[in-house]
Amino acid sequence: MTASAAARLAILEDMTIYQAQSQKKQLLAALAATRQLDLDLSAVPEMDTAGLQLLLLLKREALQQGKQLTIVGHSPMVQRVLDFCNLAGVFGDPMLISAQG
Amino acid sequence: MDELTSTFVNESRDQLTAMEDGLLKLEQNPDDADNLGAIFRAAHTIKGGSGVVECHFIEAFTHKVENVLDKLRNGEIPVSGELSTVMLECCDHLGALLDVFAAGLPRPDDTVQTRGDALLARLTELFLGGGAVRSTGNRDGMLAAEDDNSIEASGGGVVDTDAWHISVRFGPGVLRNGMDPLSLLHYLTSLGEITTLTTLADALPTAEKMDPECCYLGFEIGFQTRASKAQIEQVFDFVRDECTLYILPPNSRIGEYLKLIDELPEDNMRLGEILVRSGALTQAELDDGLSAQSRAPVREAAGEAAAPPPLGDVLVEQKVVHKEVVEAAATRQAVVSEKKALEARVIRVHADKLDQLIDLVGEMVIAGAGANLLAQRSGQSDLIESTSVLLRLVEDIRDSALQLRMVQIGETFNRFNRVVRDSSREMGKAIDLVITGAETELDKSVVEKLGDPLMHLVRNAIDHGIEAPALRAARGKPENGTVQLNAYHDSGNIVIEVIDDGGGLPRDKIRQKAIDKGLIDAAATLSEHEISNLIFEAGFSTAEKVTNLSGRGVGMDVVRRNIQSLRGSVEVDTIEGEGSTFTIRLPLTLAIIDGFLTSVGKASYVVPLDSVVECIELADASAKRNYLNLRGEVLPFVRLRELFAIGGEVPKRQNVVIIQYAGKKAGLVVDTLLGEFQTVIKPLGALFKHLRGIGGSTILGTGEVALILDVPALVGLVTSLEDRRLTAPRQPELLASY
Repeated sequence: MTASAAARLAILEDMTIYQAQSQKKQLLAALAATRQLDLDLSAVPEMDTAGLQLLLLLKREALQQGKQLTIVGHSPMVQRVLDFCNLAGVFGDPMLISAQG
Repeated sequence: MDELTSTFVNESRDQLTAMEDGLLKLEQNPDDADNLGAIFRAAHTIKGGSGVVECHFIEAFTHKVENVLDKLRNGEIPVSGELSTVMLECCDHLGALLDVFAAGLPRPDDTVQTRGDALLARLTELFLGGGAVRSTGNRDGMLAAEDDNSIEASGGGVVDTDAWHISVRFGPGVLRNGMDPLSLLHYLTSLGEITTLTTLADALPTAEKMDPECCYLGFEIGFQTRASKAQIEQVFDFVRDECTLYILPPNSRIGEYLKLIDELPEDNMRLGEILVRSGALTQAELDDGLSAQSRAPVREAAGEAAAPPPLGDVLVEQKVVHKEVVEAAATRQAVVSEKKALEARVIRVHADKLDQLIDLVGEMVIAGAGANLLAQRSGQSDLIESTSVLLRLVEDIRDSALQLRMVQIGETFNRFNRVVRDSSREMGKAIDLVITGAETELDKSVVEKLGDPLMHLVRNAIDHGIEAPALRAARGKPENGTVQLNAYHDSGNIVIEVIDDGGGLPRDKIRQKAIDKGLIDAAATLSEHEISNLIFEAGFSTAEKVTNLSGRGVGMDVVRRNIQSLRGSVEVDTIEGEGSTFTIRLPLTLAIIDGFLTSVGKASYVVPLDSVVECIELADASAKRNYLNLRGEVLPFVRLRELFAIGGEVPKRQNVVIIQYAGKKAGLVVDTLLGEFQTVIKPLGALFKHLRGIGGSTILGTGEVALILDVPALVGLVTSLEDRRLTAPRQPELLASY
């Protein structure tokens, strides 16, 4: 699958418990509609445990459905959370961002 | 407002006060980690509470505040005056938001909202933006270190058990309660260093079943710290009831780690790997351990997702085998029960209920006195005895009931830290607030009404009392001015003093002003004390800017009126150039007093017992003078018979009740002394409001009405009469009689 075939979704708001309900629907719908989802989180100002959980859920769903989920942009906050939780490896696309930061 | 809401509002206000106190302390002592922790916890509790009551505008605002505090606590941003100022404003804003919420409005109005947004913008700009970049840098460094660590552990099989091992599984309700597990873990880093951290998402249900507002995560953490187990547990205090927490101390035996693996819900092999990776175990140890335990079923199941053992079994096993973990559990239980006990010691009661209780006790006191009187009259000794026991119990009940309303004045005083800080900055003065006697207790209803007058006096002391630093230096005073708040008990009254070491009151100007205003006659002879106290006169300050008069007197008559409505008095003592002392005297309680019953003619009068010093017989009743020789001391007195124009024949024997108020003594001449008597003060009607010398009325056991004497007014009357005589030497007969 080429990069151009990938659907791209950019999240522009906080990923906290306040947005979790709506974002769950948004993210799962985006994943369901494509084979390969590029998730751009570079404009996410704030992320808490609820947001992190959603990402984990999405990643697991993608693996189970044999789809590919790539996070193509990390805001400093997202990067900080993923680093703190040692999850960079789980998502498998961390270095890209560290180099940027 | 339902109960949950009002509890939240009350508790949040307490937390806000704590936060504000903490912030003020922070300025003086920026390195106090305990204090920082306390501030953070206060904000955190408010945020958590607002989540529970679903007040999202408070929750969202507090969240940002908490972020800044978190950075502060982690040392990512320094403590600065600017920070304290913004934070204090945030406290104010939170107070306003609480008001909005308490009023039942769905969202703050535009002014409040705008202010909140402006504050948030400032917070973000000043503290969050810059901090984030820096912190990312730190994290990078840390991540690198962690990587090194894990490579060493898995490759060389180095066992690194000098770290604590923390296993935590957060319960589903944690997020809804406003707790963010990530913040807790961040907080953990303030205690020590997280060497390894593994996030476990195994509990995440399938996509359809997953509720994004529930928490499903768990963490395995290697943690190096000097903190105690209790301190580590404290980090998780807020979610204690909602998480599964295991803390293994450093250098735990291998068996204990294996046990942990068994107990946690995730499958065993995976946890084993995590522990190996975190350096707690080597692979060989893990394999040996698991097989040596000869738990074939568990091990077989390990490949698949093993069903978690029932919690009950876990606990039993824990108790049998696990010394360290049992100890940990025991400590935790102790902490829990201790906390419960502490909570039980404070009960929030609606003020109305208390008032009702006090009213009832008041009625009981009257009824008790009636019963006692009847018993006395009947002359039956056993009846008298039983009623006297009853009366004593009633007295105890009265005292405890009144005690319920007593609060320490310290809380009121502490509010002024903020006032002094803010207004002294505004005025460009350096002023220290000294608080003494904060533990002095007084009636809650009095405290509430005391705030405004006290605020007025303190502001006045700052505005007009304390001089500018340059002037102070010129006068040879320390540049830092001092405002002192002091409280103590004095014969049934509470005395509150506001003392400043400023410029004092200019008597000449006050006198001139008073003459101009027509308050006093130009020829009047007044003592220094009387002149200073002219500032409390109504009309003294209503005209032009009083600051021209180097300033006291702005609304001082309002202060006096407020204090007088509490049956108290206020006066000022001042030394020009050295400072002033404002003294407020208030009765300890407004409802019930111990009285001393006397009578003149057929009328009964009650003197508050606390102000009675002693009683003597009036030796020379026929003499016309108004003072007597009390063991070599001149004691002025007043004849109640004359004062209240009571007719009837003067008895042969008269008595003098010597009363004391504000350090001055005076005598009251009465006919007979009837002894101690518990009294419920009934206020006089509006018609008698301006009556001097009478403070209220009460009902005797016989059903008769007795008047309660207003001791401050009487002492004032007697001493001022005496002052007048001393300052006006136009009464030669008086001098001659000395």
